[in-house]
Amino acid sequence: MSEQYTLRVNGADRPVQDAWVGESLLYVLRERLGLLAAKGACEQGECGSCSVLVDGEVVCSCLVLAASAVGQEITTVEGLAEPGAPTDVQQAYVDAGAVQCGFCTPGLIMATHALLERTAAPSELEIREALSGNVCRCTGYGRIIEAVQQVAARRGEAGR
Amino acid sequence: MSVVVADSLEQALDALAAAPHATVLAGGTDVMVELNLGHRRTDAVVAVARVPELCSWTYDARRATVRLGAAVRYAEIHADPLAAWLPALAQAGRTVGSPQIRAAATVGGNLATSSPAGDGITVLAALDATVHLVSSAGRRDVPVGQFTVGPKRNVLAPGELIEAITVPVARGWQGFSKVGVRNAMVIATANACLAVDEPAGSVALALGSVGPVILRCPEAEAIAAAQCDVAARRASPATVAAFAEAAMAAARPIDDHRSTAAYRRHAVRVMAGRLLRRAMPHE
Ligand SMILES: Cc1cc2nc3c(=O)[nH]c(=O)nc-3n(C[C@H](O)[C@H](O)[C@H](O)COP(=O)(O)OP(=O)(O)OC[C@H]3O[C@@H](n4cnc5c(N)ncnc54)[C@H](O)[C@@H]3O)c2cc1C
Repeated sequence: MSEQYTLRVNGADRPVQDAWVGESLLYVLRERLGLLAAKGACEQGECGSCSVLVDGEVVCSCLVLAASAVGQEITTVEGLAEPGAPTDVQQAYVDAGAVQCGFCTPGLIMATHALLERTAAPSELEIREALSGNVCRCTGYGRIIEAVQQVAARRGEAGR
Repeated sequence: MSVVVADSLEQALDALAAAPHATVLAGGTDVMVELNLGHRRTDAVVAVARVPELCSWTYDARRATVRLGAAVRYAEIHADPLAAWLPALAQAGRTVGSPQIRAAATVGGNLATSSPAGDGITVLAALDATVHLVSSAGRRDVPVGQFTVGPKRNVLAPGELIEAITVPVARGWQGFSKVGVRNAMVIATANACLAVDEPAGSVALALGSVGPVILRCPEAEAIAAAQCDVAARRASPATVAAFAEAAMAAARPIDDHRSTAAYRRHAVRVMAGRLLRRAMPHE
């Protein structure tokens, strides 16, 4: 049976047509809506590379049934900033050398934005716990943690 | 439409009455893995994660219980105020997957999956929680120890939902312990929950991932009740050793892709001993 529904993605209504009932949000974002930031790897919630925000919370889009996300605000990396105008989190990842192959980066960017929304000045342990659902096989995480700390420090200075 | 996103309990139950074999979807962290990997097919889904009655909880001060709606998520359980009333469930909840998983995973989904390694179930078993079931035909209550009947098997009938779980508020020290290959994102090789009931002078111990269902340890519990000074939080080294040994004897583990039976038995003895020592810090 095919499904018709409309998702609210990055502030816009996006109709989805002729979908199968069981399609994940990750699949619909990439294959039906052409939003390629969220990455598909494990398809079982283990790697975090498909992380997006649903109503402000970071979740694995591979574990969200797309048709059940009707009426919720979905945010992907494409919705954070325009090309060429990175967010402070994206810029810090570049500055700290926290991006190598880049596959895990969109998921980490979403998780970092969500962390810093809740906790403005996280400890290293809080950062490690908040990013524990995002697997990176290149960096060894040191520079990723530095990037998060840089954003927190810069925002702290700007706020003072 | 073949996906019903229910916004009331009544709507969810009506949809299930019309299609009793529809897939019930809460946080999706078990269901979606099965769908993505082709282990489950479905042509009808009833999504319950946004049903207000299932997403809420109530604290009953007189009875000293918390009634958790089935769709309360672990991210909420491991934060206050729930964590203050249900410390062991909060600890277990904080070990479930990762922040992404805990933002979606529900306590009712954990119970309904009925995995022998379900972290929350071990705590619910130690606390003798009550499971409230509902269908369009009516309601019934089942003690958590009778809810699960085998690996991934439980007493839910087609068209029936877990509505809520009533859990007694801590009446003494309680804690959860889990062994796995790493700290984050790991299904338990073995887990354990110990809960002291100070007014009753008793100690409960439940074990997960070491049997077809979550196991209680009546012999270890009897040793603790007879030999610990619960009010003074005192246990001799010999009592701790005997308790740990009895816990190990209660485990019925198997060799599988996650570990060996021998290692699991060892892990149970270590965890049970440590938990009792934390509960009874004086010798
Ligand atoms: C990466 C990853 C890591 C994980 N780590 C852990 C872990 O460390 N510990 C652990 O215990 N589990 C873990 N899990 C398993 C899973 O997250 C939990 O079992 C979770 O609590 C399931 O809840 P859910 O709401 O996502 O369930 P769903 O996937 O929505 O549903 C699970 C099952 O329960 C049924 N169901 C759901 N709600 C109800 C209801 N109200 N009434 C009747 N039936 C219902 C569904 O039909 C389905 O059969 C992990 C999963 C993933 C993907």
